[in-house]
Amino acid sequence: MNLILDLCIKNGFIVALLVTGLIVFLSSLLSDKLLKRKIPGTAIAIFMGLALAYLAGSITGGSKGIADIVGLSGFTILGGAMFRDFTIVSTAMGASFVEVKKSGLAGVLSLFMGVILAFTAGAIIAITMGYTDVKSITTIGAGACTFIVGPVTGGAIGASSEVITISIAAGVFKSILVTIGTPLVAKSIGLDNPQTAMVYGGMMGTTSGVAAGLAATDPKLVPYGAMTATFYTGLGCLLCPSILYFLVSLFFD
Amino acid sequence: MLVYGVAVLAACFIAGQIIGEILGRMLHIDANVGGVGFGMLLLILVNQWMHKRKWFTAEMDSGVNFWNKMYIPVIVAMSSIQNVKAAFSSGLIAIIAGIIPTIICFLMIPAISRINRTKQQGTAGT
Repeated sequence: MNLILDLCIKNGFIVALLVTGLIVFLSSLLSDKLLKRKIPGTAIAIFMGLALAYLAGSITGGSKGIADIVGLSGFTILGGAMFRDFTIVSTAMGASFVEVKKSGLAGVLSLFMGVILAFTAGAIIAITMGYTDVKSITTIGAGACTFIVGPVTGGAIGASSEVITISIAAGVFKSILVTIGTPLVAKSIGLDNPQTAMVYGGMMGTTSGVAAGLAATDPKLVPYGAMTATFYTGLGCLLCPSILYFLVSLFFD
Repeated sequence: MLVYGVAVLAACFIAGQIIGEILGRMLHIDANVGGVGFGMLLLILVNQWMHKRKWFTAEMDSGVNFWNKMYIPVIVAMSSIQNVKAAFSSGLIAIIAGIIPTIICFLMIPAISRINRTKQQGTAGT
């Protein structure tokens, strides 16, 4: 037993490849046999990943999902930012520059709309839930953008660590909802063409959620959505601790 | 050579990251601004430019395509290392602040893509 465990730890990345393969295989089996392909296998696989992360978090008490289980630490490499970004960039091979140019302006507009709308809604929720200080309201509003914008903003303006944790959690919920919700609402919001995908990426912003949600909806749309979404976190980190913080401080304090 | 295609992809990725970092520094924020987005734009342009000159061989294509196809497994792996447990234990405010703004943004998408479409029809007509 120890021998196998040692081997798993030494070859963590390879183990992660094997386990991911198994998750994807079981999910497509589930999608084919039990659900008659009503829900795409990709969506189930991503959902299974989230469920396993919850389970692992409950058992180990750690913060890195199944990567906290001994022998599965290789998941931090395979599922980390480097491979995520590298594979997202590679999806651009199938994208056409003409399409990107066509909806460039709408993409930029959607980025600003997305950050400001999410921030405002998040800030209003913080206020109705009883927060009255400017720093907490701003940080929770920023958390409604993405789970990176929240802590970056909170750190920059000096919010309490409790509020920063809430902002991260809000961002994670957003990314989970975008992941699961995108295939379900795709039809009703007209998400079936590159232009709408770019607007969608800009409006939702959470790169992991957008990438996973589009993968489950229509992989051909991934590069367009991901392209605008990657600018969102930067824009959020720019606007939230500056202009938006200032605007909130005009009303409270 | 297959690895040439992967190298072109890697070059675009690194160049994009550098642009994103520089942009972040210029804006005085501690974040990479659109590094991935710039990388994607670069790959689209370089790919087009090299294909036109027939420098991008089919074998190089398959090198990039491998990573393209690995994208979904990577996303699955990424999902499985999220701190889902902590998100659920942060309480009601985190759930509400994560979900309500997202729904509002979902609902706004058709309106914004409509602006884009009417604008294009307008310019096409003139």
